[in-house]
Amino acid sequence: MYGKKVKLRFLFLALILASVILTVFLILQSLRDNVVYFKSPSEIKSLIELDKKKIRVGGMVKEQSVSINSNEVSFIITDFKNEINVIYSGAVPNLFAEGKGVVVEGFLKDKNYFSATKILAKHDENYMPPEVKEAIGDK
Amino acid sequence: MLANQIGYYSLILGLLLSFLLCAVSIKDLNSSGKRINQNVLYLSFLQLIFVIVSFLSLILSFVNSDFSNETVFNNSHTSKPLFYKISGTWGNHEGSLLLWLLVLTLFIFLFLVKSRKQPKKYRILTLLFQQIIIIGFFLFVLITSNPFNYLFPVPVEGLGLNPILQDPALAIHPPILYLGYVGTSIIFSASLAAVTQNYVSKEWGQHIKKWVLVSWVFLTIGIMLGSIWAYYELGWGGFWFWDPVENVSLMPWLTLTALLHCIIVLESRASLTSWVVILSITTFTLSMCGTFLVRSGILNSVHTFANDPARGIFILIFLFVLIFLSLGVFFLFHKENNKKSNNFFWLSRETSILINNWFMMYFLSVVLIGTIYPIFLDVMSSEKISVGPPFYQKLIVPFLIPFLIFMSLGPRLKWIKSKIENKNSLIFTFLISVTLTFFIIKNLTTDLLFYTVLVSAAFFLFFITLRELFIKKLNNISQTVAHFGFSLLILSILFNNILSSEIITNIKIGEKYSYSKGEIFFKKIEEQKESNFNSIIGYFEIKNINGKIVKLKPEIRIYNQPMVVTSEADIKTTLLEDKFLVMNLVKGNEYFNIRYQTKPFMIWIWISVLLLSLGGLISLFKNKYEK
Repeated sequence: MYGKKVKLRFLFLALILASVILTVFLILQSLRDNVVYFKSPSEIKSLIELDKKKIRVGGMVKEQSVSINSNEVSFIITDFKNEINVIYSGAVPNLFAEGKGVVVEGFLKDKNYFSATKILAKHDENYMPPEVKEAIGDK
Repeated sequence: MLANQIGYYSLILGLLLSFLLCAVSIKDLNSSGKRINQNVLYLSFLQLIFVIVSFLSLILSFVNSDFSNETVFNNSHTSKPLFYKISGTWGNHEGSLLLWLLVLTLFIFLFLVKSRKQPKKYRILTLLFQQIIIIGFFLFVLITSNPFNYLFPVPVEGLGLNPILQDPALAIHPPILYLGYVGTSIIFSASLAAVTQNYVSKEWGQHIKKWVLVSWVFLTIGIMLGSIWAYYELGWGGFWFWDPVENVSLMPWLTLTALLHCIIVLESRASLTSWVVILSITTFTLSMCGTFLVRSGILNSVHTFANDPARGIFILIFLFVLIFLSLGVFFLFHKENNKKSNNFFWLSRETSILINNWFMMYFLSVVLIGTIYPIFLDVMSSEKISVGPPFYQKLIVPFLIPFLIFMSLGPRLKWIKSKIENKNSLIFTFLISVTLTFFIIKNLTTDLLFYTVLVSAAFFLFFITLRELFIKKLNNISQTVAHFGFSLLILSILFNNILSSEIITNIKIGEKYSYSKGEIFFKKIEEQKESNFNSIIGYFEIKNINGKIVKLKPEIRIYNQPMVVTSEADIKTTLLEDKFLVMNLVKGNEYFNIRYQTKPFMIWIWISVLLLSLGGLISLFKNKYEK
């Protein structure tokens, strides 16, 4: 009934539509599994349920809180309202220091303890991630 | 001081020339003459000269450490080595935009010179579209990011360049990347001009292919340089982090690669016309988006430096103007060529190139959504999220298997209608790949099935292209070299991933750290003074199981202007393996934090990217030779 060209066009559109739907489905599916949320210490305190998923926590490294031995580094992250203890074994970036902003990635053990798998490095001494700025507020 | 003013006024003159050029070329468009008015060419050259003068005067201000210039004050320092004073010119926002302008004007001038055989109206329209972009960027530079702002009183000393940018790879990375990035502007302008003239044809395909190749080669090498820099300077021991800024350079690369393949269909079969135009528009739009995302500070990335929202809004508006303009032109003028034959067969080279494009678009959507989604979610619900490497790996790696297999078979097909030849040798090659892979992979990883299939597919492409390099006549050498490079790239990345090992520990001077495969001995440290930094050099001896000792000397640099601490990894590179050691100082402690990595086949990743771009270069020069 239809010409060969029309059929071909139709087939093509169907293929494109099918692949777009498949792509969107795949992407949304794995977004759900692989997204890492960012929380401030205060947000963690107000959590009702502990999350088993990997999260990021950001704030200031509290003064006088860093201690180090051959296996791990521990310190306290504060947003000047609440704080959280962090235990970390892994590479420490150069810009990591007391009284500076920091973002760590890892898992919550409970509302006061965080086991970090990564400290995120930054380029610039003065640069502070927008999340941290927001978490700390105006201070 | 003088340089400052010369630079500023050259920019204004350049902008005025843009308007003059538009007026002259519109007049020329309606004139009956067969050839383009020579004045257009002269004016375009003059505009290029003005931008060059402006750029040179900024370099001069940097070399002379003229701190009455705000840009120089913010990004330079007298104690910096000359090389980094010069590279500091484009290591900052204002200077890098001036570089954008330089490349924009350079490319349109070269285009006018090189396109003499093309129809007059098409050339003039390309110039006009390009001038719209150029005017936009002139305004952007002059209004929001003038590189020649005057400071009074003149400061005695500058603030210095971020030390992490003081690096040879990063000094040449921006110009090369920009040649690719901004080079896509000419493809954009030319395809819009071709659409209005209904000139999207075989001849146009042949002519624009050169420009696509040039951009593609520069973009490929530019991305590689950035990657090399990240590898040894950031000290994370990887070469690709799926960081938003990296993604933003990968996206135009994906569409440009798709475009490159489509152009081949266009120049030999005169089909896929609309798709070629859409890809050209998309590629440049993605480059602009990249600039917008990087420069606006919206992206939360390790590459984000200080920035200013006003700039973001300007680029965003400009971006929308360009998108509406191009879509308008496309829908108003584009006519599908109906006279072409509509023979279509499933087993043909066209189909295989369409499959390539399908994959490229898929990869693009993954990267695009992964990059944009966090911004989107932040705006919608103010939830902060980040999308990490697992997302990309999960969505991209499995699809490499069919991609590699199609890549091995596709180029062997002929145009229009074809059948697979030499079935036996193909099956033979495939069996060899699978067996070889199985025996290599067997002892290396737990996920045996998945990796065997993946690596086999890569080896399959590797052997097929290798065989063509040796046996076949050299009629399609550019494609074979590029595809061979790609298979090598995938193989090196895979083996690099599977075989890498890493030790992270905190260690004191004089201590030994033993692990299953050897021992790390921290012998001593030494301090050294350089003109713009002090360095602490660590002496390490690493003994492997066989008792062989490798000495590595990583460095911690404490820059004085600005006060920044950086780590310089020490890397011993051999053909088989990189040994990578980086140390960090933990403030106020006697412990040093070290990270020791062995990264197999690292150098082959760079070599294969070079092969990939070599393929592009061969194609470029072969084209020239044939004409």
